[in-house]
Amino acid sequence: MTWRPVADIECIRQRAELLATLRQFFADRSILEVETPLLCRNGITDPSIEPLIVEADPFSGQSRLLQTSPEYMMKRLLAAFAEPIFQITKAFRSGEAGSRHNPEFSLLEWYRPGFDYHQLMVEVADLAHCCLGPRPVKKYSYRELFQQCLQIDPFTATLAELEAVARRHLDPGSLSGDRDLWLDLLMSHVLEPQLAGEGVCFVYDYPASQAALSCVVQADDVWVGQRFELYVDGMELANGYCELTDAPEQRQRFERDNVLRRQRGQVQRALDEQLLAALVSGLPDCSGVALGIDRLLMLKTGSSDIRDVLAFDWERS
Amino acid sequence: MPNFSTNEFRSGLKVMLDGDPCSILENELVKPGKGQAFNRVRLRNLKTGRQWERTFKSGESLEGADVIERDMEYLYTDGEFWYFMEPDTFEQYQADAAAVADSHLWLKAQDKCDITLFNGAPLSVAPPNFVELEITETDPGLKGDTATGGTKPATLSTGAVVKVPLFISMGEVIRVDTRTGEYQSRASKS
Repeated sequence: MTWRPVADIECIRQRAELLATLRQFFADRSILEVETPLLCRNGITDPSIEPLIVEADPFSGQSRLLQTSPEYMMKRLLAAFAEPIFQITKAFRSGEAGSRHNPEFSLLEWYRPGFDYHQLMVEVADLAHCCLGPRPVKKYSYRELFQQCLQIDPFTATLAELEAVARRHLDPGSLSGDRDLWLDLLMSHVLEPQLAGEGVCFVYDYPASQAALSCVVQADDVWVGQRFELYVDGMELANGYCELTDAPEQRQRFERDNVLRRQRGQVQRALDEQLLAALVSGLPDCSGVALGIDRLLMLKTGSSDIRDVLAFDWERS
Repeated sequence: MPNFSTNEFRSGLKVMLDGDPCSILENELVKPGKGQAFNRVRLRNLKTGRQWERTFKSGESLEGADVIERDMEYLYTDGEFWYFMEPDTFEQYQADAAAVADSHLWLKAQDKCDITLFNGAPLSVAPPNFVELEITETDPGLKGDTATGGTKPATLSTGAVVKVPLFISMGEVIRVDTRTGEYQSRASKS
């Protein structure tokens, strides 16, 4: 056991500098800083994210969930005030520890009413330049990326074809699952490392099945989620949406998540009725994005392990 | 044996994979921005020595492998098996050629070896890092030639052939690094 911090003082200074840079970036654009609760009544239904649960306290008798992202709370603010807002906060995800993950991490999230997701990508690139210095910007649609790097169409390839491509590049043993499993595997294991030389690189227009909370539209012959991911030097840094504003559609997606959770033997989550009510009342057309501050600091300091940029990592907390 | 989930995979954990005992070397959580989490795991097959990377779904589990390491004394070989003894219990184990592999070149009676047991049977044998063995055959020594740095092959009592300096003679006992197969020095006089 050691009491000492992991990060050195230089890194701790760089974090302070980075936070000041971020706040200045938003001040210059008149985007309002907000703060929302970390302890929430409702979790999210996303089957691949598990919250940390705070035991019932003896006063209220209620257990709470530590937020996995401030998205729902911030959307309630958007529905009420329709102002551009940002937040720098902690988010928590159970079981996510590794060289690029810590179960407790710092997140920057911001929303732009009236922006489409391509406009937001421009702003995200500006922010990356502001924090990391000039780098080339590249944009690929999800489809282009798979076609160029793997010679396969991620929208029309069969499950067997996707599996065959994955097995050519890596050893997934007895792994089995749906098309999204193989797409996720290819994206994270084969394509993401190939984006290392691409500077500030956006991937956008995901398969509708991976739309998460983004609007789904028809593009050419397929349905795409208006979602983007930012990769810098081959590291996934941010995820953004042209935000879904349709309450009934949002409810269906929550319910679909819970069906998946049931199939996978996971706990089902109560739907966030407060968010749904906010959507019914009216969320302005907007785009929003969440960016990992610890990873941004890794890029700024040239660290290859997230633990090096945390004062105290999960093991020492 | 208990099962271990991907989040319990630590360096050094022994698990069963495709019917063989394997040792986990590295375990990395890999997750796309949204979507399923995977663990990319670097393993060594303890039977074949092969190292490679396998990807698992996070939360998948593998059965632990009954693999333990023991210090044992080497006794003798009958040509088919090599016999080792646990010094505390005097229990004897026989290792076959697959388990002993190239280690037979360095086995000398009474030397302490590191034996990996899988389900109670020797899976691999690691000799001590340094062994002292007698030279049974080499060209005649060149007396006093300690400066030219030339070498010549020498056959040891175990059959191993190592390069030795020219001044070393038949019948001498030398110290060898078993990891590299290189001559170290003349054995210390006892």
